[in-house]
Amino acid sequence: MIRLENVSKFYEGSVVIDGVSLTIDRGRTTVLIGPSGSGKSTLLSLMIGLVAPDRGAISIDGSPLTRRTAVLLRRRMGYVIQDGGLFPHLTARENIELMAKEAGWPVERRRARMEKMAMLASFPALALDRYPAELSGGQRQRVSLMRALMLDPDILLMDEPLGALDPMIRAELQDELHAIFQRLGKTVVLVTHDLAEAAFFGETIVLMSQGRIAQQGQFADLFERPAEPFVTRFVNAQTSRLAALRETAMHKERE
Amino acid sequence: MSANITKLLRVLCLALALATPSVAISAAEKIRIGSKTFTESVILAELAARLSASTGASVTQRRELGGTRLLWDALLANEIDLYPEYEGTLTGEILANAGVVDEETLAQALAKKGVRISRPLGFSDSYALGMMAKEAQRLGISKISDLSQHPSLRLGFSHEFIDRADGWLALRAAYGFGHVNVRGVDHDLAYKGLAQGSIDVIDVYTTDAEIEFYGLKILEDDRNLFRGNKAVLIYRADLDRRAPAALSAILRLEGRVDEKSMMALNRAVKIDRRSETAAAAGFLAAKFGIFGPAPSEGMVGRILQRTVEHLRLTALSLGAAILVALPLGVISARRPLLGQAILTAASIVQTIPSLALLVFMIPILGIGATPAIMALFLYSLLPIIRNTASGLADIPLAIRNSAIALGLTPLQRLRLIELPIASPAILAGIKTAAVINVGTATLGALIGAGGYGQPIFTGVRLDNFGLILEGAVPAAMLALAAQGFFSLVEFFLVPRGLRLKPAAE
Repeated sequence: MIRLENVSKFYEGSVVIDGVSLTIDRGRTTVLIGPSGSGKSTLLSLMIGLVAPDRGAISIDGSPLTRRTAVLLRRRMGYVIQDGGLFPHLTARENIELMAKEAGWPVERRRARMEKMAMLASFPALALDRYPAELSGGQRQRVSLMRALMLDPDILLMDEPLGALDPMIRAELQDELHAIFQRLGKTVVLVTHDLAEAAFFGETIVLMSQGRIAQQGQFADLFERPAEPFVTRFVNAQTSRLAALRETAMHKERE
Repeated sequence: MSANITKLLRVLCLALALATPSVAISAAEKIRIGSKTFTESVILAELAARLSASTGASVTQRRELGGTRLLWDALLANEIDLYPEYEGTLTGEILANAGVVDEETLAQALAKKGVRISRPLGFSDSYALGMMAKEAQRLGISKISDLSQHPSLRLGFSHEFIDRADGWLALRAAYGFGHVNVRGVDHDLAYKGLAQGSIDVIDVYTTDAEIEFYGLKILEDDRNLFRGNKAVLIYRADLDRRAPAALSAILRLEGRVDEKSMMALNRAVKIDRRSETAAAAGFLAAKFGIFGPAPSEGMVGRILQRTVEHLRLTALSLGAAILVALPLGVISARRPLLGQAILTAASIVQTIPSLALLVFMIPILGIGATPAIMALFLYSLLPIIRNTASGLADIPLAIRNSAIALGLTPLQRLRLIELPIASPAILAGIKTAAVINVGTATLGALIGAGGYGQPIFTGVRLDNFGLILEGAVPAAMLALAAQGFFSLVEFFLVPRGLRLKPAAE
């Protein structure tokens, strides 16, 4: 469980996160969504201690997240970012088992875990010895996911994990990720700007605007019980265009 | 045939006679002999070295150390024990304010500094002005005072002559010269300039072999400015106690080197292209019947020795620089404000001309390899610090954040992620430092560090192009080899993943 209490963050005088209080439930997938600059990625960075809050407090499963505790708490969390953040000088395998090696896992344990991860992420064993530069975008994200899950963390944080992929691969990976989340039952926090993706993954959706939470709830709540006009504007901006186009196309067909 | 055998026997007897007592008495005697960067000084030092070696003493030679000031400082700093000097230089330059009026007060003034002086060696070498005989005749110049009629003449004087109180300054005052066209020229190159006609008048030493060779007219010093300048040896007062046998052997030179002999020795080296060692050996054999070890060791041996010296300078200084600059580069990347300070300091060191930096080191570290290594070390810092810092700073934020998010400690991140990714930049910095280092190390020869600079500077002094190449070619090859070596290191050290281009999506 991740708890944020009245957290604020400023960058060069302007507010990025404005007094956010949020509880991420254990074993569920929570999606942070919002337009760019709404603070959704910063919120994720705060949760893993890449950024320290200027005000307020954060705790992970009851332990306060501070500069001192961050190194150990991070090992209970996996983190995946948009372009994978893979270390270019290490092969896929070396990327994935780096932390396990440093934690002193014996070879057999690492190999067994690696096999399990490759199976889970449907990653070809042969490609494990390639360097990130030799992998496709989709493969890089799979490696990044395997690296995040290697130490079997309770929490998985993902910052636009599929943002850089083309639509077909993206849809395919969405299905797979969804299945993985279901199977592992981990606490997942996923950042996206795509409402369809949010609806697809999110058991809970947190809609951010200008550093605060505009609405928190299920997908249907955003339509049926918008908390403020911004929520409706945001939802319409992403849904109405496609609906309108489809209507026009169907009209033409009828004529 | 029989004459040869008799000669050989005589030599053997002499060698035995010399060797037997010396081994017993002075096996532990050690003596360090210095010389200035001109031929006569090197020859005299060579004579002293071979004489002391004939008693079995262990001799260290610091050849061609530099100018008067450097040698004098080295003597006082106990870096050397003895070097050839001139009375006029001592009274007019080194002890200018000590109230020296004659040889007795000179000895007293030196004794105050813990230095003793030999009796004059025999010849006197004073400054004089010379010009090409034909040119002098054409202009009707025979005396120095005639020069004031020709203010447009181009004067090329050695740097020491220009700086010295009894040199150009005294000359201008005594003769009331108004010449503006005065240039500082390396003394060994001045003769060439004169012969080519790019300068008209130069300062010479009266024992220079070139005077005869180039057919120079020595202008009469009609106002008696340039005093006779008797050659002597000066040495540390404690040498008497530390190496009595070696010293007394050296002092056999007193009164034995007359003007004609000195000119012949200079001529043998500068005109006939014999080595100082060979010329000195010939003189000692003829004058004292002393036959030392074979003087020449062959070009291959010489180059090999220079290579060892040069590699030592480069390897030690570069190695130390890598050890110090890497952490400094890491600190610079982590703490930008401190990094600015570090880079500024390293940049300031880089702007000091290399020769000046070498000379700055002498008061602190003396002469020889140590100050040269220190100076080269300082020079090698900047490229490594700067490339390390920028290599680390250029790592994309996504990669740095991923490393933090994995839960790696700062030290693990540095070792496993940041340094490997920055390694191409760091190695490029080391490569730059190595090439600069190899080139600059040739200047080390000027302060007695040896290396490839030695034949280069000797070659310049003797106007011997072959000798210059003997230093310059290996130095260039070593620079290329260093570059190649680090390219090889790069190949093995830089992870393959960093050399790949990203795959097309």
